[in-house]
Amino acid sequence: MSHSTPETLAVLARQELEGLLKRDTPLTPKERIAITAQEMPTQDPEVRRRNVQEVALGYTPEQARLESMRCLQCRNAPCVQGCPVRIDIPGFLKAAAEGDFQGACNVIKKNSLLPAVCGRVCPQETQCQEHCTVGKALKSVDKAVSIGRVERYVADLERETGGGAAPTVKPATGKKVAVIGTGPASITVAADVRREGHEVVMFEAFHKPGGVLVYGIPEFRLPKAIVQKEIDTLTGMGVQLQTNFVIGRTRKLKALIEEDGFDAVFIGTGAGLPKFMNIEGENLVGVFSANEYLTRANLMKAYDFGRADTPIYRSGRVAVLGGGNVAMDAARTAVRLGAGEVHVIYRRTEIEMPARIEEIAHAKEEGVIFHLLENAKRLIGDENGCVKAIECLRYELGEPDSSGRRRPVEIKGSEFIRDIDAVIVAIGNDSNPLIPRTTEGLQTTKWGNVIVDDTGKTSLDRVYAGGDIVLGAATVILAMGEGRRAAASINERLK
Amino acid sequence: MNKILARTQLSDDVYMMRLDAPYIARERLPGQFVILQLDNEFGERIPLTIADADPAEGSVTIIFQAVGKTTHNLADKRVGESVQSVLGPLGQPTHIEKFGTVVCVGGGIGVAPLHPIVKGMKAAGNRIIVIVGARTRNLVIMEEQMRALADEFIVCTDDGSYGRKALVTEPLKEVCGRIPKPDMAVAIGPPIMMKFCAEATRPFGVPTVVSLNTIMIDGTGMCGGCRVTVGGQTKFVCVDGPEFDGHKVDFENMMQRLKAYRKQEDHAHTQCHLDAEIRAKEQGTR
Repeated sequence: MSHSTPETLAVLARQELEGLLKRDTPLTPKERIAITAQEMPTQDPEVRRRNVQEVALGYTPEQARLESMRCLQCRNAPCVQGCPVRIDIPGFLKAAAEGDFQGACNVIKKNSLLPAVCGRVCPQETQCQEHCTVGKALKSVDKAVSIGRVERYVADLERETGGGAAPTVKPATGKKVAVIGTGPASITVAADVRREGHEVVMFEAFHKPGGVLVYGIPEFRLPKAIVQKEIDTLTGMGVQLQTNFVIGRTRKLKALIEEDGFDAVFIGTGAGLPKFMNIEGENLVGVFSANEYLTRANLMKAYDFGRADTPIYRSGRVAVLGGGNVAMDAARTAVRLGAGEVHVIYRRTEIEMPARIEEIAHAKEEGVIFHLLENAKRLIGDENGCVKAIECLRYELGEPDSSGRRRPVEIKGSEFIRDIDAVIVAIGNDSNPLIPRTTEGLQTTKWGNVIVDDTGKTSLDRVYAGGDIVLGAATVILAMGEGRRAAASINERLK
Repeated sequence: MNKILARTQLSDDVYMMRLDAPYIARERLPGQFVILQLDNEFGERIPLTIADADPAEGSVTIIFQAVGKTTHNLADKRVGESVQSVLGPLGQPTHIEKFGTVVCVGGGIGVAPLHPIVKGMKAAGNRIIVIVGARTRNLVIMEEQMRALADEFIVCTDDGSYGRKALVTEPLKEVCGRIPKPDMAVAIGPPIMMKFCAEATRPFGVPTVVSLNTIMIDGTGMCGGCRVTVGGQTKFVCVDGPEFDGHKVDFENMMQRLKAYRKQEDHAHTQCHLDAEIRAKEQGTR
């Protein structure tokens, strides 16, 4: 993929928009489809692989308008059906196409609390954009209207210009709600419940709030200042934040209700239990869960070698096991930390990779090497117990399995060895067991996910849950949707 | 923020501090630990065992050895100053019941986390034999507190400057050889000591609990950096431990993992000593 400079993209967009604005007749659908799909300006791959700044730089105003003008304003709005929180997508694109960016942002905010975050990290190509008529007409989901990029643009603009009214908070009700965790589901619940006038206290185990948005997703994909701004909005509304406080240990969940006077509790503790492959050599030195590697790099700022006290493993040849967004984040982080070679090892093909197409493309541009239809069989250590090589097996695709994806089948006798000096395991997360283990009567599935009814309520009275602790590892937008639902139930319960 | 309520230097580089932490003081049980961070922006998170707690005062006591950058900086803090983050109590509490005779072995700084366990075991009606070991006399800590709890107290030093000139494994083997043998052993100290304690008790079939102090970040099961191999299975020290069956722990692997960042830690440590020297010189010239 060739890299167009942001300057080139800006000039082209300005010219095209000027041409369109000169017209005095409305655009026909055909003409809308003919508008150039706006590419996201990005940092040059050679430059960005040595820094942690955001890769995608965001649209110019002209690009945002042009991209919005591509929307056909379909009456049945198939895009909305693909959105987990049912944002009025044609509505906000119409406003943006007219240059009313604040109006566009207001439309989004009716349904989504975190547009600057979701505009960046939502898998739009499998949600809203998958159903876009423009993409269908052009026979490629890549050519669909870039809904997420416009969302990001209007949200960034609002934040940077200090626009947007602070959410209003109703008069105090005297009711008190505890929100456990400070990730996307919890942020949503805190905002929605606080708006109704209830007192809200958020509990965070780490020293900084934001959950996976700060420890997991790297700065180059989601700047931490954006997350902090969302947290500031919450504290500005009067939400209280208690960091270094792990419910289940520092205080039991039931004590919150029985002794501390909370009227309801929301559990949004996420999918924070890394899965390992259970293969030989997995506990060798130099083998990490993606959670550990990313937390060191992101939350603990280990990339800042001069200033951060938290060390990170310096390696020459890194293998990343897995094909999801977390695997891409880990691989691209390793590149930025100076690894000579970064190898992603995935047992199916690129089509089955759960990572977003954009993330895979970015990783390739940055020099990450992909090994498909391959999987780790065992890890081999040196005399000091440090990993020095990985034995892999080749795979081929067989019949489709229950997920609908073709099942990878190992090719017997195809073992071979790759020399590496670090391994990052990124094959997913299970739900964090701390609260279920310390809360009697809280029902979970056999995988440890908290069971809720269709209002987000758990098996315990006044206790609600949502996000990855319920869904298993999923997405920010789904977590937010879950939070919305639980918050509505809590507000109903406290009436 | 957790205020430092008291600070005592126990030996050359071992310090005791009482920190304001009312929730942790109320909830903690023997065997549990905290994670501490001095600077929320660039600081590292280190696990430290809780040596004692006073729920009435709302304080916990930590005992630590200044061995790296963070512990050195912590040692430099004074009463009235604060620690930015203290998280806890973490880990599973010690399984305490009436076993009969329990032999408790503490090596060096390991005596600190052993103390609340000894207290708990004693309160549960066990007969307590305490073996305390250190490199040299002035590194023996909490002797009086331990003596007060022990039915039998043995102290040894590597150089013979105090008590028996022996490693703790020597008296441990003798105690295990008695008839009847002890019903349980608890060993806390440097990894190598715990490893050899487990080897010492193994032939006698005395169940042996060890408390592991591995590299950690979050302390809540999220990162897996603390994982160890126990009986062929991977366990997380932060949520499954810190105490494990010493006869099943793969100590070699654990000790190798503890060295994962040695180069970078040594560098930071040297830098921290250099900084201290420069500071001292600057103050001297003022």
